[in-house]
Amino acid sequence: MRISCPYCGTRDVAEFTYQGDATITRPDPASTDQNTWNAFVYDRANPAGKHSELWQHSGGCRTHLVVERDTVTHVITSVAFAGAKRKPVSAAAPKRKAPARKAATRGKAPS
Amino acid sequence: MVGNLKAEGAYVVYIGMRSVRVGGPALCRADGNMAEYSAFALLRNALSGNRDWKQAWRKPEPKPSYDVIVIGGGGHGLATAYYLAAEHGISNVAVLERGWLGSGNIGRNTTIVRSNYLLPQSTRFYEFSMKLWENLSHELNYNVMFSQRGILNLAHSPAQADDYIRRGNAMRLSGGDAEWLSAEEIGRKVPGVDVSGSARFPVVGGLLQPRAGTARHDAVAWGYARGADRRGVDIIENCEVTGFLRDGDRIVGVTTTRGEIRAAKTAVAVAGSTGRVMKLAGVDKLPIESHVLQAFVTESLKPFVDMVVTWGAGHLYMSQSDKGGLVFGGNIDGYNSYAQRGNLPIVEEVMSEMVAMFPSVARVRLLRSWGGVMDMSMDGSPIITTGPLPGMYLNCGWCYGGFKATPASGFSFAWTIARDEPHQINAPYTLDRFHRGVIIDEKGQGATPRLH
Ligand SMILES: Cc1cc2nc3c(=O)[nH]c(=O)nc-3n(C[C@H](O)[C@H](O)[C@H](O)COP(=O)(O)OP(=O)(O)OC[C@H]3O[C@@H](n4cnc5c(N)ncnc54)[C@H](O)[C@@H]3O)c2cc1C
Ligand SMILES: [Zn+2]
Repeated sequence: MRISCPYCGTRDVAEFTYQGDATITRPDPASTDQNTWNAFVYDRANPAGKHSELWQHSGGCRTHLVVERDTVTHVITSVAFAGAKRKPVSAAAPKRKAPARKAATRGKAPS
Repeated sequence: MVGNLKAEGAYVVYIGMRSVRVGGPALCRADGNMAEYSAFALLRNALSGNRDWKQAWRKPEPKPSYDVIVIGGGGHGLATAYYLAAEHGISNVAVLERGWLGSGNIGRNTTIVRSNYLLPQSTRFYEFSMKLWENLSHELNYNVMFSQRGILNLAHSPAQADDYIRRGNAMRLSGGDAEWLSAEEIGRKVPGVDVSGSARFPVVGGLLQPRAGTARHDAVAWGYARGADRRGVDIIENCEVTGFLRDGDRIVGVTTTRGEIRAAKTAVAVAGSTGRVMKLAGVDKLPIESHVLQAFVTESLKPFVDMVVTWGAGHLYMSQSDKGGLVFGGNIDGYNSYAQRGNLPIVEEVMSEMVAMFPSVARVRLLRSWGGVMDMSMDGSPIITTGPLPGMYLNCGWCYGGFKATPASGFSFAWTIARDEPHQINAPYTLDRFHRGVIIDEKGQGATPRLH
């Protein structure tokens, strides 16, 4: 399996760290609802087929990526920067999200 | 702390008593009407040209309905059916298997059987399993080739040694067996291991569980299948469950590639396919991720190592099969997968670990490698429970340690199905433990299935 990092190009999967299902969203930190937190921490759809998942290019540019991959065939259909896809979790987040991501990506050019 | 450990000591008596009870009737069964395989039978059949052996299990057509349907003809499904019939007198049972018996993980594992766990729930459950293993060939009248050759966990730092010794003490306090070996003793017992100070990862000692070992995995499936079949259970191969029949909320049977089959109770034991099958029942999310684990076998060598050895500087476990091949594996690949094959980085990692542990095997050739789909749970422990829907029973979350659990899993799942309540050994393994915060996390790894 190889993953095409949008920043570094196509690399061996050994350079990446898996971080699981990308569709779960962290509940509002102020929430005290047990069901919501339980679902976030433990419940997974675990589909056989198309799976949207987080990988970090930990052995490269260190960017977090959202990868669309088929869990039955291992075929990857898309790779994108995680920041571009993540939904804001609170009102404060969107203001700094997009610019911060871009700056971080540029700042981390590999030597 | 000491008080706690002492309290767990009570399980010793408990496990001991159970095993006597479980072992007792089994002995009679095997000696009585079940001794189909014996030296005498071997001789008699040899003289008659081996034409009279009975098929180990029939190939029945599915009936329209049963008392219990068990989905999944792996080790756990077959053991469940066996104990339903043998322990609870429930023999109007069908085991529905998508492929052939042994096509799943029961036929793909590295066959290690051990009970060297730390947490009381785990030691209790796996020690119970160990006791069943010790009598299994006899109970089933089928040689599962259970070989108690011992398992040795190598420690590579004083901190790791402390950790292993703590686990060894926990095992002993709960009635198991554990011994600490020095590096010199290890050098004598396992001559292939580099115990010199100049090893890349020096060995400081090791934890030995002498009663651990290996078993012939296919024989476990076949032995349980035959035992269940002879008691009236229908084992139906090439019968994939494609949906569930409902009466309101209640599950009342299944649709399959061989037609509709109804049952008062439907039990799911499909290991790596749990996510797929439970979705058919409308259960969309579970604390489970399916991951692929690979295993490897080398060409045959002369006797080289006579116990199971695990390497603590990374993650590697190996033993030598009776045929002479080294059987070994390491970490799971580490991403969600329903493919029974993995990728090369893990192959490289496992090979490099093997050579770090046994430098002399560097030029031994690899014969085969394969993968199996693991039902990795969020705390690394299994789920054996009633529900989650009325009329349904669920057995899953085995990660890559479910082979050793086969007897206890089948025994306690059968109990749960027959009585609609858990046996004492599986009572902690509920589905709602995550919700209630009583997870059983041996490694303390948290909700990261790929690390359990
Ligand atoms: C490479 C590898 C090494 C391992 N090493 C060890 C080890 O050393 N020690 C240890 O203790 N454990 C080990 N394990 C884990 C152990 O093999 C499993 O945890 C255990 O076998 C799972 O239970 P099972 O035998 O019932 O599973 P399986 O044999 O996988 O049974 C599940 C069955 O369900 C069937 N099924 C699925 N979907 C359907 C459907 N829709 N309808 C009908 N049937 C269906 C499948 O075909 C399959 O036969 C290893 C696993 C692997 C893959
Ligand atoms: Zn990159």
